[in-house]
Amino acid sequence: MVSLQARQVFFSYLNGLVLHNINLSIKAGEMVGLLGPNGSGKTTLIKLASGVLKPKQGEIKLDGSSLRQLSRKSIARSVAVVPQHFNIPFAFTTAEVVMLGRTPFLKAFVEGSEVDRQFVASALELVSISELKERRFDELSGGERQKVVLAMALAQQPKLLLLDEPTLHLDITHQVEILELVRRLNVERGLTVMAAMHDLNLAALYFDRLILLKEGRVSADGPPAQVLTEDRIREVFSAPVRVEPHPVTGVPHIVIIPKGNDTKQP
Amino acid sequence: MLSKLGRSNRLILILLLLSGGLVIALLLASAFGAVTVSLPDILKMSLNKIAVSDFSPTWRAVDETIIFQIRLPRVIGSALVGAALATAGVLFQGLLRNPMADPYIIGTSAGAALGATIAMMLPINLAFLGFGLVPVAAFLGALTTVILVYNLARVGGKTPIISMLLAGFVVSALLAAVMAFMMSMSDRFGLNLRSVYSFLMGHISVTSWIQIAIVAPLVIGGIIAARFFAFRLNAFALGEEGAAYLGIEIERDKIIILALGSLLTAAAVSISGLIGFVGLVVPHAVRLSLGPDHRLLLPASALAGAVFLVIADLLARIILIPAEIPVGIITAIIGAPFFIYLLRHTRREYAF
Repeated sequence: MVSLQARQVFFSYLNGLVLHNINLSIKAGEMVGLLGPNGSGKTTLIKLASGVLKPKQGEIKLDGSSLRQLSRKSIARSVAVVPQHFNIPFAFTTAEVVMLGRTPFLKAFVEGSEVDRQFVASALELVSISELKERRFDELSGGERQKVVLAMALAQQPKLLLLDEPTLHLDITHQVEILELVRRLNVERGLTVMAAMHDLNLAALYFDRLILLKEGRVSADGPPAQVLTEDRIREVFSAPVRVEPHPVTGVPHIVIIPKGNDTKQP
Repeated sequence: MLSKLGRSNRLILILLLLSGGLVIALLLASAFGAVTVSLPDILKMSLNKIAVSDFSPTWRAVDETIIFQIRLPRVIGSALVGAALATAGVLFQGLLRNPMADPYIIGTSAGAALGATIAMMLPINLAFLGFGLVPVAAFLGALTTVILVYNLARVGGKTPIISMLLAGFVVSALLAAVMAFMMSMSDRFGLNLRSVYSFLMGHISVTSWIQIAIVAPLVIGGIIAARFFAFRLNAFALGEEGAAYLGIEIERDKIIILALGSLLTAAAVSISGLIGFVGLVVPHAVRLSLGPDHRLLLPASALAGAVFLVIADLLARIILIPAEIPVGIITAIIGAPFFIYLLRHTRREYAF
């Protein structure tokens, strides 16, 4: 089991502060959605949590040990990332891409043992894409590719899965499929999940806890009903919306009100 | 048929086939040239040489001298150069995620050429361990340039690959200008243009076993070391960020892979000048037929590169006997049409 803690984390790229005094604690087995407008720091926070970026100030701890003290390899043995952009310039097959997930466990000249192949096979099965394993990755559709990348991350046997907008560019079928799968892994296997999400409605449906970022600061943190209020969405996104209970599940459902209609209250 | 075999069996079979091809290429290239020595004679005199047999000579004494003193060092030298360039090509293409990369892409060629040209200009005639000043200067020129390019591209503890490509391009252009200047003023500098062209077009210039004894450990050691990085190169296919997510220490591994590729290139260049196309086309062809997995791609490319250059050098020696064509011309004449064929038939090979 794994837990992630950020304490007084500041981060800036060359041109300005991106994250400002972030304090977070994510417990093992949680399923957390990161929300916020473009440029609010979601992707940066994912990269910090994976250790590829280091905080300028403050500290991020994974299971009590600072990420700064851990080697890349030992982080990769418990944290897997599904990045936003993913392309491979060479013609790898699906199985070869998923095998890349075993990288943190490989040693030169004994790479790809029977054990590794079993992990690859079960990751393919878990994502239900075993039939794609001989297909070339670059010939797959966007939805299929996203599943392959997810399978690759699962072949890492992670305890913490970080996803950066996993439903971006996907049709509604694949959006639901990916999120259902992630939630199933969370429920059945206790996989801790943190995912940056743009779609507020999907986030409300699939995540138990939402963290809303605004200009690099945590603006709200809690269950969907508490985070996704009309006032807060208007403030953070400056978009006119109405929030209604979802007709089936009762979680907040955000309805966008086009300009000119926003005065008409029922 | 091959795909039905297990992965490791397939790997072993392919490497065995390529090794067999290399043995055949080495024998053919030893047999033919200005003087032809029959294959059975070569085998017999070789067995005599290593004292496992005692055949009475059916060949002239001079044939034995030709084979052992002239031809074998050269043939083995071309195998080493081909293997080194092909391996370096795989390393650079994999690291830079650029199928158009070749061993010379970050400035080794310009550095080696300038180093060699300066050495040719100097009125010193040093020979050390069978090496004249030119190969040593080419070797050092290549490595110095890579170190310069790497440091130019380094910003805040990181060396982004795109900066490295750009720095390599700019440094190459600068060195090429210096070289063009020296060539245009060749009279004033006492520079023999013929030897400069011979270096630029590529020419296997192994004249003694001592050269092999020095270059072979570098090349073979480099190829074995490169193989240790096969699975890391696979991870680099996801880009630096993706590789980092998979636990790769990217800055450390980048510098090691770069150093290995540059060392292999510099070792090759020192005994062969600038031979083009081997480092570009061989990795391409192997990737196309066997897939992009570096665990197989690296050793298979090394062997295929050796076969390719041994055959190319054989052709360079025999097409216009007794004249010799620079081997770089042969590799380009075979390589360019082959490359065009690959481009036309494999547009799906690389995803955009």
